[in-house]
Amino acid sequence: MAVDAQTVEKLAELARIAISEETIDEVSTRLGDVLQLVDQLQAVNTDGVEPMAHPLDEVQVLRKDEVTEPNRREEFLALAPQTEAGLYLVPKVID
Amino acid sequence: MHQLTIAEIVRGLRDRQFSSVEITSHLLERIQQLDGQYNSFITVTGDQALKEAAAADARLAEGNAHALCGVPIAHKDIFCTNGVRTSCGSKMLDNFVPPYDATVVDNFQQAGAVSLGKTNMDEFAMGSSNESSFYGPVKNPWDVQRVPGGSSGGSAAAVAARLVPGTTASDTGGSIRQPAALTGTTGLKPTYGRVSRWGMIAFASSLDQGGPITRTAEDAALMLSVMASSDKKDSTCLDRPAQDYTANLNDSIQGLKIGVPKEYFGEGLDSEIGARVQEALKEYEKLGAELVEISLPHTHLAVPAYYVIAPAEASANLSRFDGVRYGYRCENPADLRDLYMRSRGEGFGEEVKRRILVGSYALSAGYYDAYYNKAQQVRRLIKQDFVDAFSKVDVIMGPTAPNPAFKLGEKNADPVAMYLEDIYTIATNLAGLPGMSLPCGFAHNLPVGLQITGNYLDEARMLNVAHQFQQASDWHQKSAPTAE
Repeated sequence: MAVDAQTVEKLAELARIAISEETIDEVSTRLGDVLQLVDQLQAVNTDGVEPMAHPLDEVQVLRKDEVTEPNRREEFLALAPQTEAGLYLVPKVID
Repeated sequence: MHQLTIAEIVRGLRDRQFSSVEITSHLLERIQQLDGQYNSFITVTGDQALKEAAAADARLAEGNAHALCGVPIAHKDIFCTNGVRTSCGSKMLDNFVPPYDATVVDNFQQAGAVSLGKTNMDEFAMGSSNESSFYGPVKNPWDVQRVPGGSSGGSAAAVAARLVPGTTASDTGGSIRQPAALTGTTGLKPTYGRVSRWGMIAFASSLDQGGPITRTAEDAALMLSVMASSDKKDSTCLDRPAQDYTANLNDSIQGLKIGVPKEYFGEGLDSEIGARVQEALKEYEKLGAELVEISLPHTHLAVPAYYVIAPAEASANLSRFDGVRYGYRCENPADLRDLYMRSRGEGFGEEVKRRILVGSYALSAGYYDAYYNKAQQVRRLIKQDFVDAFSKVDVIMGPTAPNPAFKLGEKNADPVAMYLEDIYTIATNLAGLPGMSLPCGFAHNLPVGLQITGNYLDEARMLNVAHQFQQASDWHQKSAPTAE
């Protein structure tokens, strides 16, 4: 099953991943191979089968709506590539 | 000293045959001398390990230390470690030093275990060969021209090479059991939710599960007793008390019913591997177990269902790596879109990008029902196969991997062929069941793994069944030629 270059470009945009022009054919082929594998699912009769999102039928664990973690803002900001005045820095978004 | 199992180290420390500092120093020296040929570690924390070992010796001298106090282990680089780089095998996180410990890491620290460092892995745990790591491939100690399996290949190789007696690992589609099989080690993937995922970098959240890789089932029981806990920080972690998994290791397995799925012995299985697994099953009969042929009719759909569900969850989980808050950022981004696109394009490796794209495809408008919803329906059919089987048998056994360790680079050009290396392990993850792999012989002079699948939360029985086999055989004691 082939995936055309236009579809790959659309997926790359959705996933926000830059893909170079040189590799787009290879990516198309590999994606096609994977989608051919997963297309086997289409032949299965799943009428009336409830989709399974979680392997165990467990009750969701809940906790009280109260703060349990200390404020570690400085430690987490220190991990960022660029910060200023306690804020994350990114290239300007609005001209 | 490096040939000692965890259980033997525990006894040696208690009997004052050696100190934690002595065994820690010995293993650190061994890592320094030998790991160049295996590449099983990304980070070695020698100074910190020696401090932890000295503290453990002090606790041991007081006489009331936890069983694992002073025992050297290593953590897969998927578990966050406070103050120690946690890369997840990726350029994206090459510079990431978490300010917190994963719950699993914290549990081992509380128990007094000594961490020697962080083991190599497929990038973001995506792979079956440990060739997709940013830090280069891991080599199999049984033949350094071959892969150790993935994604916990570094953890498995480090144990097989006798660099450390036990490691933490994680299993999303077979990433503990498959490398354990390929390296002649014992690997245990617990029931989904038995071990906290808090601080374990997420790949596919409904499938990921942490567990140990060791040399023996007894050691796996010792490690699981520390790893398994309920955790309020992880709402998917089961609310069950900690358990002593060593308590039932010596129980008789007389009358045990072993389910043998006919689908696991068909086309695609290396004949020598099939023969070794059949011999192991005969050994179980000698121990008093009964073999029962069963059918898991949807087995052939596990790999396709997995390669919709896992990439779909991965595409969501990995969206957090955007070059803004932590991790890799591209040089001189022109605008925000360029920052996202290039940071992710340059920071992720090929396999990770491929899976994110597949996941984006499966979740995109127009394909959601045909792919994602369909895969989740098939997942329920797969789970029902196991529920039906466990109404007749106590455990299920078969091969862990269809082939022995393959040569480095052999399957790189064909991702689908690589995906099929997990064909016997993936269904267990989709169903959320516990599974183990233990050594059961050799094929083509390479280790073969026997897979045991247990019922939900039946890890104690699985470990008992594995331990009884290891009492009657010596495959788990065989040492890789490069690891003597």
